[in-house]
Amino acid sequence: MSMESLFNRLKAGRLFSFPGGVKPPERKALSNQTAIAALPLPDKLFVSLKQHIGVEGKVQVKEGDKVLKGQVLTASPNPFAVPVHAPTSGTVTRIGLHAAAHPSGLPEQTIEITPDGLGQWTTLSPIPNYAQLPKMKIIEAICNAGISGMGGAGFPTHLKISSKKDVEFLIINGVECEPYITADDRLMREHAWQIRQGIDILVHLLNPGAVLIAIEENKPEAIDAMRVACKDQSRYLVCPIPTRYPAGGEKQLIQNLLDREVPRKGLPIDVGVIMQNVGTCYAIADAIFSGKPLIERVVTLTGESLQAPGNYWVPLGTPVYHLLNQAKYVSSLQQKKRIIMGGPMMGFTLHTDLAPVVKTSNCVLVPSDQAMPLPPDEQSCIRCAACADACPASLLPQQLYWHAKANELERAQDFNLFDCIECGACAYVCPSDIPLVHYYRRAKADIRIQEQEKQKSDKARQRFEARNARLEREAEERKAKHAEAAERRRQAMQQPADNPQDKIAAALARVQAKKQAAQPDAVPEANEDKVAAAIARAKAKREAQQAQTGEPAKASALADDPKKAQVASAIARAKAKREAQQAQTTETVESASPAASDDAEAAKKARVAAAVARAKAKRDAEKADDAPESDAQPAENAQIDDADAAKKARVAAAVAKAKAKRDAEKADDAPESDAQPAENAQIDDVDAAKKARVAAALAKAKAKRDAEKAASTTETNHQPDDITQVDDAEAAKRARVKAAVARAKAKKAQQQDDPS
Amino acid sequence: MTFKVASSPHQHAMRNTAGLMRLVIYCAVPGIVVQGYFFGWGILVQLILAVLTALVSEGVFLALRKRNFERALGDYSAVLTAILLAISIPPLAPWWIVVLGTFFAIVIVKQLYGGLGNNLFNPAMAAYVMLLISFPVQMTAWAPVQALTQFSVNLADAASVVFTGFTTDGYSLGQLQTNIDGVTLATPLDQVRTDLTLGLTYHESLQNEIFNHGMGIGWAWVNLAYLLGGLVLIKTRAINWHIPGAMLGTLAAIAAVMYATDASIYASPAFHLFSGAAMLGAFFIATDPVSAATSNKGRLVYGAGIGLWVYLIRTFGGYPDAVAFAVLIMNMAVPLIDYYLKPRVYGHWSKRR
Repeated sequence: MSMESLFNRLKAGRLFSFPGGVKPPERKALSNQTAIAALPLPDKLFVSLKQHIGVEGKVQVKEGDKVLKGQVLTASPNPFAVPVHAPTSGTVTRIGLHAAAHPSGLPEQTIEITPDGLGQWTTLSPIPNYAQLPKMKIIEAICNAGISGMGGAGFPTHLKISSKKDVEFLIINGVECEPYITADDRLMREHAWQIRQGIDILVHLLNPGAVLIAIEENKPEAIDAMRVACKDQSRYLVCPIPTRYPAGGEKQLIQNLLDREVPRKGLPIDVGVIMQNVGTCYAIADAIFSGKPLIERVVTLTGESLQAPGNYWVPLGTPVYHLLNQAKYVSSLQQKKRIIMGGPMMGFTLHTDLAPVVKTSNCVLVPSDQAMPLPPDEQSCIRCAACADACPASLLPQQLYWHAKANELERAQDFNLFDCIECGACAYVCPSDIPLVHYYRRAKADIRIQEQEKQKSDKARQRFEARNARLEREAEERKAKHAEAAERRRQAMQQPADNPQDKIAAALARVQAKKQAAQPDAVPEANEDKVAAAIARAKAKREAQQAQTGEPAKASALADDPKKAQVASAIARAKAKREAQQAQTTETVESASPAASDDAEAAKKARVAAAVARAKAKRDAEKADDAPESDAQPAENAQIDDADAAKKARVAAAVAKAKAKRDAEKADDAPESDAQPAENAQIDDVDAAKKARVAAALAKAKAKRDAEKAASTTETNHQPDDITQVDDAEAAKRARVKAAVARAKAKKAQQQDDPS
Repeated sequence: MTFKVASSPHQHAMRNTAGLMRLVIYCAVPGIVVQGYFFGWGILVQLILAVLTALVSEGVFLALRKRNFERALGDYSAVLTAILLAISIPPLAPWWIVVLGTFFAIVIVKQLYGGLGNNLFNPAMAAYVMLLISFPVQMTAWAPVQALTQFSVNLADAASVVFTGFTTDGYSLGQLQTNIDGVTLATPLDQVRTDLTLGLTYHESLQNEIFNHGMGIGWAWVNLAYLLGGLVLIKTRAINWHIPGAMLGTLAAIAAVMYATDASIYASPAFHLFSGAAMLGAFFIATDPVSAATSNKGRLVYGAGIGLWVYLIRTFGGYPDAVAFAVLIMNMAVPLIDYYLKPRVYGHWSKRR
């Protein structure tokens, strides 16, 4: 049905209906006969941090702080949080857990304020010109005033009025269908105009097609008052609603007025409706026009056990015991203290009278046992289905009860347990006094717990599965790595490129090289030497092959300790270098003296010696080059040998080098200093020149090689031993210098040769 | 100080199960009185026997089941079952019929199924069917209305017949069923049925002395009295109109159609509605909440089913009346009805807005 035809229909006083419902005795006359009165302040106020549906804010004060009336006490950036304010001026005497206005009876975080009795206001910032401000500013002001729905659930008002969807009907709920409660009734009677102002603000924010003010027919004075207040507005319509509980339920009221049903799990806005309680409208007007935050509300104190029932302006945080004292509680009328916060149908019993009044507390009901007898023990369900007839949601309460009682939670959900609004109509009519709603609440809680546990276990399972997957992956990776490493090892076994075996082989080769180098005088003949070297090389090669194939056991035994071998070889290298230095200096001295003493002989000898030395040097150099690759003689004390070999090899190399140098010098000098005709006078210049050139070339080659070696040694050997390092560096330097000198000499020799 | 903590709602309607049962019993009183007026004191004897048997067997069995029997006895459910059975059986049936039947109803049909609220079948009707099948002679020996009988039966006679089979004057039950001419008189439903099988037409059958204006003498009044009581039950919201309305409506509708088809062999709707246990069944038996459907839609189907079966069995079946059978048959269908005829829950709409 279109909005306009609905509005006209309602204007004509025609309503729709909702199924079920009950008509309990109203008993509203107990409390609605007198005007809303003020109460003296209690000695302590207990302001719960969370008084609505949503989240609590962070405390902005600390114990001992002085607070002013209306001062904000909590704040939060969370949109589901609304702040709470100091209901009066005083001192924050405690912040901690305190009994709360909650059916569970569990304590909640509470700010205890001891009033100073001055009632000194904080600075208020009203915005009477709200229509000129951006809507967000108004909504912000409503949020900052701490306003949440005052009808029952306590949904944050600023969220409700921030709807982006089109609003066809703004319904103002003044139905107040619960028996006993008259807070909204009295508020409408006495403050209709301020409620109207609040409605105006909401209309400005929401721009609805029409405003429906729904009031139950049992409140004719309120209906009249609201009609008077809204008479100048043609789009504001006061709709009297037939008295039937729960006509004031949000869903039922929408159905009753518009024949629309809020979809399951939906919101009223899904059918174009926003609903606000009259008390909320009053509070909004307060917040905008006076800047006052929500710090007090009308509370109906009623019940046959109170001698002064009525409606009172109660600061939020006022403990219930104070209210009972003020309303003159007669304890003799109750066998056991029974205080109901809220109405007789949906209210909850308090566990203690220390609990404070909160934003949603519209009534404190203290019935006498006579007027509201405690229900007897439950009897068997006779399946009379009176509950189904009473259910406004058209559920089958007895089926829900059977399944809830048998703990068949899934079946209960099949019967739409979660569509139950817990209005209590079913339990009200049950002839067997079965506390049906209690069963439903328990089943709902069980289902929620199950769902939470399921979520938890789902998460745990996911975590577990992820962990297993990770472990598996890691194991596989490890396996792959191992396989790869094994493969590498296997390949390494087949082609010995650079494993410890090779080092040992190199060491052995060096030993041999050293052996040969150690007897420079013993084999003066270059020819012999060359042959021997060739033989040795061949031998070494053969042996190296053997070492690979024939003697793997030994090789591996040696390979077992490559580190030691390395260290040993390093030490050996260091020693070798040192000795090489010594050898150099010694040789220099030695070589200098004979040259100086006997010139003729010396020249000849020098020439021969130079030749020999050259040959030797060449051989040695070759050996030294070859050795690491080929010489692999398995020795019993290979390690020691290795060290010795390295030493000797170095020494030999150094000696050879030195000799080569000297020879080169001699060869260079010879043509110049050949003043004396020697026995071999036939030796002509050409020969000499030729020889000298050859010698120079050789020397150059050698020097270059030496330089390279020295350089590579320096680069590769990183020894922990300082001295060795220094030695190394020095040796390298020297070698380079030497090489350079040799090269220069060789060049000079060549130049001299060329002109001739 | 301890506080009384209770779950909402805290306010309760003052009606309880016992009150409900008592209300049903009170509403049956007019019918019982009229029945007693027409058929003699036997009904009182049967009622006393039935109620005593019911209370004793219920108490004993509850004690055996270790339940609080004092409280359960106070709920009047056993008393109501006993009353319904007692007014269903022939007023002068032997004592053991009603005792056996009541015991069966309470112990077998109700307690063995788990007690009040758990029985699948209507206890009174299950017991009635058991008796009818097991003891057809005793169960069909309805004495005619007192006005038509040869001998008058006072309370002492009735008690004597029930307990010994003979009146204080020594007349047997068979003799009590005869008229002044010594002809055995049957119930109207029986009479029509027999006559139709003998080739008579429906209207020829109605010429029998047990009828007056096309109605069985006495039976029509009894049915009217139960109708009155039933209307009170609906008025006081003890029952919903759906079951009796659907049952009587279906019965009348089918009868009307059949009567219109061939008035010579099919009885009129009025005859069906005011004969036998039609009204008693519609308002007091079919509405037994425990064994009936629970949603209003379901109740309509349940009641219509009973009406249909009553007509079918009366007209084409082997028994003159059929309320008990029809109720039992539909009892069996209740779980199915309840499953498929759930009301549409608020907010569970598809297109409507």
